[in-house]
Amino acid sequence: MTVIHVVLPAHLRQLARCSGEVSVDAEPTQRAVLDALERQYPALRWTMRDAATGRRRAFVRFYACEEDLSHESPDAPLPTAVVEGREPFLVVGAMAGG
Amino acid sequence: MSGVRLLVGTRKGAFVLTSDEGRREWEVAGPHFPGWETYHVAGSPADPDRLYAAPSTGWFGQVIQRSDDGGLSWEPVGNEFAYAGVPGTHQWYDGTPHPWEFARVWHLEPSRQDPDVVYAGVEDAALFRSTDGGQTWTELAGLREHGSGAHWQPGAGGMCLHTIVLDAADDERMFAAISAAGVCRTDDGGVSWQPINKGLLSDGIPSPAAEVGHCVHRLAQHPARPQTLYMQKHWDVMRSDDGGDSWQEVSGDLPTDFGFPIAVHAHEPETVYVVPITSDSHHFPPEGRLRVYRSRTGGNEWEPLTAGLPQRDCYVNVLRDAMAVDALPECGVYFGTTGGQVYASADGGDSWTAAVRDLPAVLSVEVQTLP
Repeated sequence: MTVIHVVLPAHLRQLARCSGEVSVDAEPTQRAVLDALERQYPALRWTMRDAATGRRRAFVRFYACEEDLSHESPDAPLPTAVVEGREPFLVVGAMAGG
Repeated sequence: MSGVRLLVGTRKGAFVLTSDEGRREWEVAGPHFPGWETYHVAGSPADPDRLYAAPSTGWFGQVIQRSDDGGLSWEPVGNEFAYAGVPGTHQWYDGTPHPWEFARVWHLEPSRQDPDVVYAGVEDAALFRSTDGGQTWTELAGLREHGSGAHWQPGAGGMCLHTIVLDAADDERMFAAISAAGVCRTDDGGVSWQPINKGLLSDGIPSPAAEVGHCVHRLAQHPARPQTLYMQKHWDVMRSDDGGDSWQEVSGDLPTDFGFPIAVHAHEPETVYVVPITSDSHHFPPEGRLRVYRSRTGGNEWEPLTAGLPQRDCYVNVLRDAMAVDALPECGVYFGTTGGQVYASADGGDSWTAAVRDLPAVLSVEVQTLP
């Protein structure tokens, strides 16, 4: 397990009642990080992934290291800088969603 | 001291307005869930401190929030609305088959007896029930699986189940209204459903008197006369006196019979309120004058109620869930507008004041009459 730092958007920080960056213990993949976030903050369940399909919601993006990881496989390894704790994993509301 | 609590859902959160029985001075609390589009907030008749709210966003989908202290604090509960089985298809906007997909909750209807029981009407149209205070939701699939489902189509707001009426006399009977399918009724607690749209006539569908396809906007029932139902349809104000088996038009002398909400006076089953809107294209009041119309004869004969309402340059809309009545001895009537005003009348509609003027666009207004 790896400590992954995650930055959530304001709506989800409000829902999870957390502030700033949060950290989760997870395998370094998108799927494992999202699973860990939902375990740690049950209010976030089905807010980043669709309940019916399990896929990323259309207006949610995942960024890290100035790269868009949204279309990567959910089981692909996260970038080394995220795994080593030097960069956060960003959950972002798409510009079009507001 | 008795009073009222207004539960107001808006495009950017929820607000709770409270007043004493005079209903002249209002305290405004909120926004709750700021930034979340809150289609509906509802209170349990069995426990006025138990509230349910349905905030959603285009980014993060639907959540359900519950309060056990009258709206002072809220906790997220369950938000998984899974259709039973393989949901099949309904008509899309272009008439092609489209798979059922959950989009949002439009309406929450708590049970009169049990604060942990609450129904949710959702888009794409289906009815869900929770028996554990909103933690888990189960579809009453007999409605969606009625054989007509493949012919249901979206209204302009989506294909939504927006109105749930729990019959005042018969615990096994419920009514659900869907845009654009029409009204369906169950007489066995939600297991099986039948469309009840006989008498409705709608342009825009191949057969104007079809069994389904009607864009019903809202239903209302008075508890003392449960066989009587009132309906604001896309066009036409309708009435049934046989529990929905047949409908008659009662638009009468309204300036336009297009509109969204309809409500019945708390103590007078033949006193009905509507807000005429110019047309399906012009979603604002005729002549820029915001007028509630009241019938004291169960329809057909209507009088405009204007005192305290803007009578020039007013181009707001009043949405289907945004009108409600209280149960105080002198019935209060309330409605919210897309311009962010919530108007209150403490005298059955004779005069109006703005309880609050500058909220985000109002999507829903519910009233709790407090002991």
